Amino acid sequence: MASPASPIDLSLAVVTEAPDAADWLVVLPVALCIGTGALLTMLRSRPALQGIIALATLGILVLVNAGLIAHVSASGPVTMMMGRWLPPFGIAFTVDMMGALFSLTASVVAFACALYSLGDINEKGRRHGFYPFLLLLMAGVSGAFLAGDIFNLYVWFEVLLISSFGLLVIGSEHRQIDGAVKYGFLNLVATTLFLIATGYLYGIFGTLNMADIVRKVPTLPDSAPLMTLVALYLFAFGMKAAAFPVNFWLPASYHTPRIVVSALFAGLLTKVGVYALLRTGVMLFPAERESLSTVIAVVAAFTMLTGALGALAQADMRRLLGYLVISGIGAMLVGLSLSGADGVAGTIVYGVHSMLVMSALYLAIGLSGRHAGSFAIAEAGGLWQRHLPLSALTLILFFSVSGLPPFSGFWPKLMLVKAALAQGAGWLAAALLVSGFLTTIATGRFFLIAYWRPTGERAVGTGETVSPAALLPVAALTLASILVGLYPEPLIAAAKTAAEGLTAPSTYIQSVFGAEVKP
Amino acid sequence: MEPVLAILTGLFFAFAVYLLLSKFIIRMLIGVAILGNAVNLLIFTNGRLLREVPPVLQPGLDVPASTVANPLPQALILTAIVISFSFFAFLLVLSWRAYKGLGTDNTDRMRITEPQEPVLPPEGY
Repeated sequence: MASPASPIDLSLAVVTEAPDAADWLVVLPVALCIGTGALLTMLRSRPALQGIIALATLGILVLVNAGLIAHVSASGPVTMMMGRWLPPFGIAFTVDMMGALFSLTASVVAFACALYSLGDINEKGRRHGFYPFLLLLMAGVSGAFLAGDIFNLYVWFEVLLISSFGLLVIGSEHRQIDGAVKYGFLNLVATTLFLIATGYLYGIFGTLNMADIVRKVPTLPDSAPLMTLVALYLFAFGMKAAAFPVNFWLPASYHTPRIVVSALFAGLLTKVGVYALLRTGVMLFPAERESLSTVIAVVAAFTMLTGALGALAQADMRRLLGYLVISGIGAMLVGLSLSGADGVAGTIVYGVHSMLVMSALYLAIGLSGRHAGSFAIAEAGGLWQRHLPLSALTLILFFSVSGLPPFSGFWPKLMLVKAALAQGAGWLAAALLVSGFLTTIATGRFFLIAYWRPTGERAVGTGETVSPAALLPVAALTLASILVGLYPEPLIAAAKTAAEGLTAPSTYIQSVFGAEVKP
Repeated sequence: MEPVLAILTGLFFAFAVYLLLSKFIIRMLIGVAILGNAVNLLIFTNGRLLREVPPVLQPGLDVPASTVANPLPQALILTAIVISFSFFAFLLVLSWRAYKGLGTDNTDRMRITEPQEPVLPPEGY
């Protein structure tokens, strides 16, 4: 706050022009979620209000993110500097197509989950703070997708992690506590690894702004330990994204909380890890990622196959879904292991599909389990006769998650297989197809036993009825999956733009440093 | 100075990893605390160690008269300390609840979510 008489030339030190009104959209998702989260914490004693306010806020969040994606597709990546400091000294929020796309999908998923939670989270859960945690989780997720600065990314990871701890233990049943211990310790180690890598990054580059790092990579001496750095990042984010062999916290914890919490986690958290992998691997350090591509490809194949095989071995509905999440992560890593924009575009489309479908699947299985009175596959039966709409929705989601046309899982798999074949990685394409085949068997058997098999003499007395209103969020997400499957061009085009922006980030740098600065 | 701090950081990491590999949650908690401090030391060392003055301008000057210390690693560490402290507090309470509820702090015996003998999936239609 220098006075007008200050001898310092302000135009050299700070951003002097006010940002355009549309640019405020960049920080709005985070500000909205944190603000409402704080408000809901204050309204702790009014559980009736909480759900309505949270749902309204998440509805606005979807609109804001839709506006953001329109802004980004019209004018390219957008940057906003905090506190008017000039880059690279201030904290930057930079949104490119990939961030906006993931952010929009995340808000759609959160809205659907909030809608489902109105009938699922009881007053006790509301008093324990489900809705504030939900909004703070969304603040963390949006912040991670929009941050333009690595340390800021770390902070948003922590915000979403602590909110996810809170969501995980709501209800404090013994199995939740057990799951939370494993989830908590392993995820904390992963974020600490991320922080270690960020410390080295600062030591090597002297900057934390992503665009500045991209500019400085070519100027570094050959002796700079970039390989160590990238390996650390891959390890840390791989653990976050549940990549083999550091993924066993996921099946140990994802089936323990309330089903809507599982749906949120399955849709959002691992994808934030994938997003960070793409951001660091493809945009910041493409050369090092290239040298590590064989390692990533092997990890991807193992993640896909162990996920699908794990799903085959499960007798509990929710545990089976946990392994399906892992299998999907493997498919996304395939795109990371391939060079060029095609594989990355496939990963981005797969990420969007996986967010929608995995959340919807958890919600649908939650309703099925409630209806059947048990989450054990062997104890369910006859769901097809008793609740046709729910069974039909579940079947569509199973098809989608296995990658069968005409649903949303088909296109990203096709893109990834094509990209793998184009680069001569036939074995990787084969692994994708085999894992898709195994997933089809796992989900097919699940459907056959739990839905199609007649009820017979099995006891199914305890099941609740499922109201059409509870089906609404599942139906909406399923509809989104069908729409993406039938009309994939806009999403694929957006993903291609995003992938090109990642592989050749000149517009990203330009949005941070302005046009006159040479990259 | 830097080699000393580097060795100290390495020792911290070794202790932390050793403790985190333990079966008992209380040891893992101590490991988490040491790990956090190891990372803080690492960031501090990475920000270059200088025996310089703090970056405070004298009156009437636009730029510092001599070299000044780098304040950024300290800001980063401060953030990391606050975050890791809150996580440690959460995990401590969680471990206490787990000990009270599950009656053990041995992770080998915390098998509620993953039973020792899992139920097999149904084999026939």
